[in-house]
Amino acid sequence: MKAIVIGASSGLGLELAKQLAANKCHVACIARREDRLNELRTQFPEQIRTYKHDVKNYAEVETLFPKICKELDGLDLVIYCAGYMAPVTPNEFSTTKDLEMIDVNLKGAIAWLNEAAIRFQGTRSGTIIAIGSVAGDRGRQAQPAYNTSKAAIATYAESLRNRLSSSGVKVITVKPGPMDTEMTHGLGLSNMMSAKSAANKILGLIGKNGEFYLSPVHKAIFYIIKRIPSPVFRKLKI
Amino acid sequence: MYEFDRQRITKLSGFGMTQSSDAYLYRPTSEDQIRELLSLARQQGRKVTLRGSARSYGDAPNGSESLCIDICRMNRVIDWNPDSGLITCESGATIETLWRTGIEDGWWPPIVSGTMAPTLAGALGMNIHGKNNFKAGPLGNHVTSLDVMWADGRVETLEPSNPLFFAVISGAGLLGVILRVTIKMSKISTGNLRVLAVSPRDWDQQFELFEKYEGDADYMVSWVDCFGRGDQSGRGQFHAGWYLQSDEADYRSLLIDSQDLPDSIMGLVPKSVVWRFLKPLNNRFGMRFLNAAKHHAGAILGNHKTVTQSLVAFSFLLDYVPNWRNAYLPGGFIQYQSFVPKESAKHVFAAQIQLQQEYRLESFLGVMKRHKQDRFLLTNSVDGYSLALDFKVTTGNKNRLISLCHKMNDLVLSHGGRFYLAKDSTLRKQDLEQYLGPALNEFKALKQELDPECLFVTDQARRIGLI
Ligand SMILES: Cc1cc2nc3c(=O)[nH]c(=O)nc-3n(C[C@H](O)[C@H](O)[C@H](O)COP(=O)(O)OP(=O)(O)OC[C@H]3O[C@@H](n4cnc5c(N)ncnc54)[C@H](O)[C@@H]3O)c2cc1C
Ligand SMILES: NC(=O)c1ccc[n+]([C@@H]2O[C@H](COP(=O)([O-])OP(=O)(O)OC[C@H]3O[C@@H](n4cnc5c(N)ncnc54)[C@H](OP(=O)(O)O)[C@@H]3O)[C@@H](O)[C@H]2O)c1
Repeated sequence: MKAIVIGASSGLGLELAKQLAANKCHVACIARREDRLNELRTQFPEQIRTYKHDVKNYAEVETLFPKICKELDGLDLVIYCAGYMAPVTPNEFSTTKDLEMIDVNLKGAIAWLNEAAIRFQGTRSGTIIAIGSVAGDRGRQAQPAYNTSKAAIATYAESLRNRLSSSGVKVITVKPGPMDTEMTHGLGLSNMMSAKSAANKILGLIGKNGEFYLSPVHKAIFYIIKRIPSPVFRKLKI
Repeated sequence: MYEFDRQRITKLSGFGMTQSSDAYLYRPTSEDQIRELLSLARQQGRKVTLRGSARSYGDAPNGSESLCIDICRMNRVIDWNPDSGLITCESGATIETLWRTGIEDGWWPPIVSGTMAPTLAGALGMNIHGKNNFKAGPLGNHVTSLDVMWADGRVETLEPSNPLFFAVISGAGLLGVILRVTIKMSKISTGNLRVLAVSPRDWDQQFELFEKYEGDADYMVSWVDCFGRGDQSGRGQFHAGWYLQSDEADYRSLLIDSQDLPDSIMGLVPKSVVWRFLKPLNNRFGMRFLNAAKHHAGAILGNHKTVTQSLVAFSFLLDYVPNWRNAYLPGGFIQYQSFVPKESAKHVFAAQIQLQQEYRLESFLGVMKRHKQDRFLLTNSVDGYSLALDFKVTTGNKNRLISLCHKMNDLVLSHGGRFYLAKDSTLRKQDLEQYLGPALNEFKALKQELDPECLFVTDQARRIGLI
């Protein structure tokens, strides 16, 4: 199997890349921090290739994507995992921070997954995994732009799934709950899933098509949360 | 002007559907466009893979991440001379183009494969043979000239006086792009053959039949039931064919209408759906049953019978059932054809059948032909016989099947046998080295000279070490 993981230098993406490589998959790993990427490549020199790229350079993707496929000698799986959550205080409205999150979490995803769609539509095969978040299920007080970016990527991925299903392409949306990664450091969250276990569950979804939470509890809780009327939700402050 | 277009990415496989890879597919219509594509590939840092109708079974027409030049749209007949029988075509013209163009003027392709779909480019890339190989040699023997575009874009006309002629034909798409071909057709006076059917009971009888008719028949082929055991090993059905001669051209039998295959079988079942009925039988038990039924029916009803059959019906039996390969889905199938010198063919084929039975992986179809040697560089030919075997591939049997094929390879090689790249899915580098010997080095030297940047590649060439 040949895979591309975008956002593979830390957290969930790093774990996905490692587990794929450990299963003899050839993985192209993409992120900005080269030192992290190099470390990963040293661990799996046969399996892993690395590419330094900032997902905000959308224009680069059109040439980088086919180049990676050539170097991998094929492609079966693309995982868009790059994500950014800016620290936002309760009264803060920072357009710079908010647009940065939209750029990384949404626009970067569109640039990469459109390329994946072009490829897999042609080869009539392949799997796309988009990492959303439970945070995209409601517009909460804490993180307007982050929530929006995660809601948007889920909608975008649903459209891809509907467009590509007749070509035999699988599009999986994953909505993890809180995970213990650099993104959540210092936020004082409890009951977090490890990135390792999340990655393992995500790779277990390959072969399926649709939208998935990573635990039955999340699935049940968010079934309810999504149905709470907005005026009530506002008061709950969750 | 061609540009690099990501949307052209396509999953390509050979006829057996077992090996596939993704390439950027271009279907040019002119020599200039092909030249453009060669520079485009170079500019993109990509390789080029040449592809015809993809009737080769394995990975010969595939090239992972290449720009794939599919020649099929360049299919015009450039010149047809009904007096001399010389036909010049663009290389995407097919065996079907040849017979349809020639037959009403009393000419038939000198060599045909079991399907009429192959392009002349692909047919010469592999240098195909027919059921008349023992007499007529491969298709390359009947080519009077061919135009080739080398990797640098130059076009050269090759004739049999040029040693490159013998390398490009049989060259598996690795030396240059075959653009145009002139072939000498065979004169016929009727569109029919006289066909004799005999049911041999074992290997001795099979070989006796081939020996008996080889000095005389125009065509010979035998079907072998791979489920026959012990003293029944080698049982099957032998056919010899003779062109029906007549003093006057038999105009009616030469009409395309009297040749065309019927659209339905027994006038009832549309051909396009027949593969669906085959599918439930396409397993070990179904095939054992069908093979036995065919053998016994042949032995009782048709032994030593002579019938008249149209050239098309005799030659392209497999085209009767369109999409028959779908009966092998989802895993697809491979064909394994080995060529063994006449002295040891009986021993090797019997041992191959026994090995299959030990592995419980009997081929569903075995086809035997008689061959003679030719002088093409990557030739598969021997003065002897070939046995072609079809194996269904499943996730469960794949590894065992490969191991069986490798054992059969060893057997063939230890008796001086050879293999045919159009039917290959399982050859190893060492197998190729062993049967080609010095010819392999000669080929690689030519490749280096004609295509120093190694622009032309195929998945097969990478797998078996041709490049
Ligand atoms: C049902 C069936 C029956 C068959 N029976 C026979 C038979 O009786 N005898 C026999 O010999 N074979 C037989 N074959 C095999 C078939 O004839 C060969 O595989 C033939 O090469 C197919 O031609 P193609 O146009 O499909 O070429 P492809 O399979 O597409 O390509 C064959 C080779 O030619 C090269 N090539 C393609 N285009 C060019 C070009 N423009 N210039 C240079 N090289 C090029 C390719 O790179 C490849 O290596 C049979 C196949 C099938 C499916
Ligand atoms: N942690 C959670 O609780 C949680 C919950 C639900 C969903 N998620 C989602 O899970 C995904 C992974 O997050 P994580 O928790 O593993 O966080 P993380 O450890 O911070 O990892 C984020 C990854 O994205 C990459 N990235 C960020 N900005 C980038 C840019 N501009 N260009 C290229 N790569 C960029 C980072 O690489 P570089 O910095 O090296 O570029 C890093 O590899 C994200 O989509 C996140 O939204 C996380």
